[in-house]
Amino acid sequence: MVKEVHLLIDGIEVCVPEGTTVMKAAATVGIEIPHLCFLEKINEISACKVCVVELKGKQKLITACNSKVEEGMVVFTNSPKVRSVRRTNVELILSQHDCHCATCVRSGNCALQKLSNDLGIIEVPYKEEVPVTPWNHNFPLIRDSSKCIKCMRCVQICDKVQDMHIWDVQNTGSRTTVDVARNIPIEASDCTLCGQCITHCPTGALRERNDIPKVFEALADPEKITVVQVAPAVRTAWGEDLGLDAADSTEGKMVAALKRIGFDYVFDTNFTADLTIMEEGTELLTRLQEPQKYAWPMFTSCCPAWVNFVAKRYPKYLRNLSTAKSPQQMFGAMVKTYFAEKKGIDPNNICCISIMPCVSKKREAALPYMKSAGAGQDVDIVLTTREFARMLRAEHINPKVLKEQPFDSILGESTGAGVIFGVTGGVMEAALRTAYAVVEGQNPPADAFKQVRKTEAEEKACTSGGCESCSACGGEETRVLGNRKEAEFALGDKKLRVCTVSGLGEAEHLMQDIINGRAEYDFVEVMSCPGGCVGGGGQPIHDGCEMAFVRGKELYELDEKRPLRFSHENEEVKQLYAEFLGKPLSHKSHELLHSDHVNELYYFAKNYL
Amino acid sequence: MSRLKIATPNKAQLTVERLYKDLERHIVASPPGLCPVDLQLTFLKLCHAQTCGKCIPCRVGLGQLAHLMEDVLEGRATLKTLDLLEETANNIMDSADCAIGYEAAHMVLAGLDGFREDYIYHIEHGKCSYHITQPVPCVALCPAGVDIPGYIALVGEERYADAVKLIRKDNPFPTACALICEHPCEARCRRNMIDGPVNIRGLKRMAVDNARANTVEVPQKAESTGKRVAIVGGGPGGLSAAYYLELMGHHAVVFEEKSKLGGMLRYGIPNYRFPRERLQEDIDAILSTGVEVHLNTRIGNGEGEIPFEKLREEYDAVYVAIGAHTDKKIGIEGEESEGVISAVELLRNIGEEKMPDFKDKTVIVVGGGNVAMDCTRSAIRLGAKKVSIAYRRRQEDMTALPEEVEGAIAEGAELYSLKAPNRIEADENGKVVALWVEPQIIGPIDAWGRARPIQAEVPLMRIPCDVVVVAIGQGIETRHFEEAGLSVKRGTLAAMSDSEVKDVPGVFAGGDCVTGPATVIRAIGAGKVAAANIDEYLGYHHVIPCDVEIPQVKYDDKKPCGRIQMGEKEAAERKADFDAFENCMTKQEACQEAGRCLRCDRYGYGSLKGGRAAIW
Repeated sequence: MVKEVHLLIDGIEVCVPEGTTVMKAAATVGIEIPHLCFLEKINEISACKVCVVELKGKQKLITACNSKVEEGMVVFTNSPKVRSVRRTNVELILSQHDCHCATCVRSGNCALQKLSNDLGIIEVPYKEEVPVTPWNHNFPLIRDSSKCIKCMRCVQICDKVQDMHIWDVQNTGSRTTVDVARNIPIEASDCTLCGQCITHCPTGALRERNDIPKVFEALADPEKITVVQVAPAVRTAWGEDLGLDAADSTEGKMVAALKRIGFDYVFDTNFTADLTIMEEGTELLTRLQEPQKYAWPMFTSCCPAWVNFVAKRYPKYLRNLSTAKSPQQMFGAMVKTYFAEKKGIDPNNICCISIMPCVSKKREAALPYMKSAGAGQDVDIVLTTREFARMLRAEHINPKVLKEQPFDSILGESTGAGVIFGVTGGVMEAALRTAYAVVEGQNPPADAFKQVRKTEAEEKACTSGGCESCSACGGEETRVLGNRKEAEFALGDKKLRVCTVSGLGEAEHLMQDIINGRAEYDFVEVMSCPGGCVGGGGQPIHDGCEMAFVRGKELYELDEKRPLRFSHENEEVKQLYAEFLGKPLSHKSHELLHSDHVNELYYFAKNYL
Repeated sequence: MSRLKIATPNKAQLTVERLYKDLERHIVASPPGLCPVDLQLTFLKLCHAQTCGKCIPCRVGLGQLAHLMEDVLEGRATLKTLDLLEETANNIMDSADCAIGYEAAHMVLAGLDGFREDYIYHIEHGKCSYHITQPVPCVALCPAGVDIPGYIALVGEERYADAVKLIRKDNPFPTACALICEHPCEARCRRNMIDGPVNIRGLKRMAVDNARANTVEVPQKAESTGKRVAIVGGGPGGLSAAYYLELMGHHAVVFEEKSKLGGMLRYGIPNYRFPRERLQEDIDAILSTGVEVHLNTRIGNGEGEIPFEKLREEYDAVYVAIGAHTDKKIGIEGEESEGVISAVELLRNIGEEKMPDFKDKTVIVVGGGNVAMDCTRSAIRLGAKKVSIAYRRRQEDMTALPEEVEGAIAEGAELYSLKAPNRIEADENGKVVALWVEPQIIGPIDAWGRARPIQAEVPLMRIPCDVVVVAIGQGIETRHFEEAGLSVKRGTLAAMSDSEVKDVPGVFAGGDCVTGPATVIRAIGAGKVAAANIDEYLGYHHVIPCDVEIPQVKYDDKKPCGRIQMGEKEAAERKADFDAFENCMTKQEACQEAGRCLRCDRYGYGSLKGGRAAIW
């Protein structure tokens, strides 16, 4: 039985369980204490000293975010002293922050801007001393030191959730800042570009490379045929930054908005998600027929950050990856071959653009071996969901007044299986649906493999630090957000042991378990971002909120509503095989849709230097 | 009009004086790992503020040096900047009128020499090469990395057994360290910034006095691995390694040449500082893990001895922790006379309870370290008529802890400082009758900052005596191990920082035999490092955890408050016997003292980087 603690906050009696923080206790009575650096369970370091509160009888203020309640405490969240300290600390932060909000991608969605506005700060009495450190602006991830408030969230998310340890505190004293750990250039680091540091940054200090101008350039070029694909997870989030409700941010409105921007063809990455299942599912069945010829377990390969993680940390396991390219890259290869051929377009005149919930996709598209169609890179430009929303704003397009439109044909149809590619467990579920059908000769119930989905309870356990007694980390690491699910399914006469993982911290634990023989699987799906692509590093940002689960649910709803829910039933995919590829794993498929990923190993710094 | 006035400081001056003291304490508490160039610039700015402004080199030059250093820190400098910095500093040093200027320039030059690579790193990479690696100063400075803020908080809550458990996670000798640790942890305690360091050793003493180590259960052992590790030497280092290896599931077998365990804790430290029964508490707890012990067993090629090669053959790994037990000679005439005894021999005999007869004798101890003080105070307790210490430098230059020196003097020891031994005079029977010493004056300061004595232009001085105790350091008996293939450097066994012996697989070494005579906590730390790396060498990765929950911080204001010192029996009373004389704190004292801890594990950098290593 947890003890109850009684305290008084701003004169209001509060009763909360022992161990509650003052901030949470205040929230129970509707008092939201202003805060900035705090990120629950991930960054509770009280660096910004914005959430200060006064304790009756004590001279020194305490921070509400990480101070636990005590019996009989008398707390003031708005005393003259608190007011003064809070204001001064925000002014001090502003004195070292580039306050050109008008040119900032986070304007209107910046925790510092909101805080400063809320406190009514209209001038800063201190000398402005904004630190500027150089950064390579060709790299897909941009760090702007002049906007960094040293809240350390990026360091913590990368350490605690993703276990990549890319960022660290650099220098000491007044010159203390955040930079790539061990003083190495970002290009040479192990950064997988998962982008979780961006989505957890309270300001505009971290963002993706801005590729919007390139898209406008292509749109303006009369010679170019612009073809855009939209990843599954994007449709759950594109309206968030535009303030749209569910009715105005449907798939159909998204297509209409893209057409209004002026793209010649609007296609769906879900189409190639279905195609991926045909290729990767067949590959799995082939490998299962001759298990001794392959390394086990087989890993999915659609997440470029995960492929990059394997190449950099566990290169020996590259051969475990499915050779199937990601849906984005399959799409690029199909547009510049099959589609171009069918439409009679010179593939060199096609500009292939994708809208992804992901920063790592920008890197994937630029990989030197991702040009199998022979017309430049298969995918020319990658925009994140956030860039897409910015583009719509720039084009003053109001989706509310648009009429829904369908995706264009021949690369636009998708089944429910393709839709759920954007959520953790989705690729696995989609693959199992088709694999079962192939082996058993008939479709399973569409929801037969639901077991790999992250449940509401698991999501709750995650965000409240469910891994505290983990034997692997001694309870020291708070492995929040990510998840891992195991399941066993009968496939013909074989038991298929599967595992789905999201978050690179979990992926690291998984690899250690596999290497040390603590876990054995046949097929493993990994998505680098907690919750899958719906929680991707290119998705809209909501300070302090994790949206992956909510968006994931939306994908499952879309899946349920789709008339077709099996990748192998996608008519356009069938047509593609009939007219162009032959069959899964055909020679042509291998040429255009597969890669051994080994080239990842040789692809390092030089491309950005 | 008055011709002269009595100067009285005004409020501003008095405040500045107080701030100087505050700043001194602030500097004392500097955490390790700060950017040295940034610090250097700050020092320079302080020096510059001291200038009277008369002379160009100091008034303008120091400022220009600061600008150049700022260029380095801001990434505006080139390697040429360093040349200009150096040339300017040299010229200031050679031309400034007074020490304010030339010493400031001297500091800059010392930095350019001492951490030039960091200057270059700043210039080439625009960032500092240094990082704060352990955010909690006391833990950073404890060679065993003991969770100090954790156990202080536990003592503050009177959870003494939990405190012992937590200490043991990193150090299986809580009692030894509670009584005789040199507490390097206190040196940079952040509490210095307010008033003075927390009495960390005293609080540990509170824990072990209220929860005796042998009554606090050791943690559960990991499943047996079937691996066997031989440990040569049953001192603090060897036993620490043995303890952790047993917890990890390996079997540790200790070979000790003497008749009892404890090494220097028994044979080097007298009972009044560390009572034998207290030592036994730690040893009993360690042995309760199942450590196998072979006493009176020497490793060597002699009769009844076990050759080192045999250990290597029969065990999966070997840890050599033989300590430093041989005596060093002064190398003066008459040293072989009867009545000349080494500190090692004296303390070993006392450890074995073979008390030498010093009754009514005049004893001179040569040396200025802690061992010399132990000999001095033991001689007093053995009934000597007069005990003196002959030391070639000044009292403040002694390496012994000041409280040890003061304790010896309080108990009646006579201190002959600035007296270098010249020869020992013996009578016709070869018995010591006097020590001749060369009086010294203190002279120039050497590169390490220590003042060197030089011979005074006065005649030699004769100090009559019956016994001379030579306490000028210990050596290591490396011969057998050298023959077995371990390399020896400057009289110590050569081992790497992970305690592996290079090119001798499976052999590890640590403690005094590798570092030369040092402290017990360094030997314990070495034993911990060895255990971890032996575990890895054997192909395992066991972790040593501790399930004690650390108390929450208290929100009390940190008002300045004096440091509690432990009481002692009065000198006249304590010098009569070998009984312990230091008193433990009272509960009231311990709670107040524990409350002085600033909890750097939870505040400051600790909250970002994790204030503790919960496992290792």
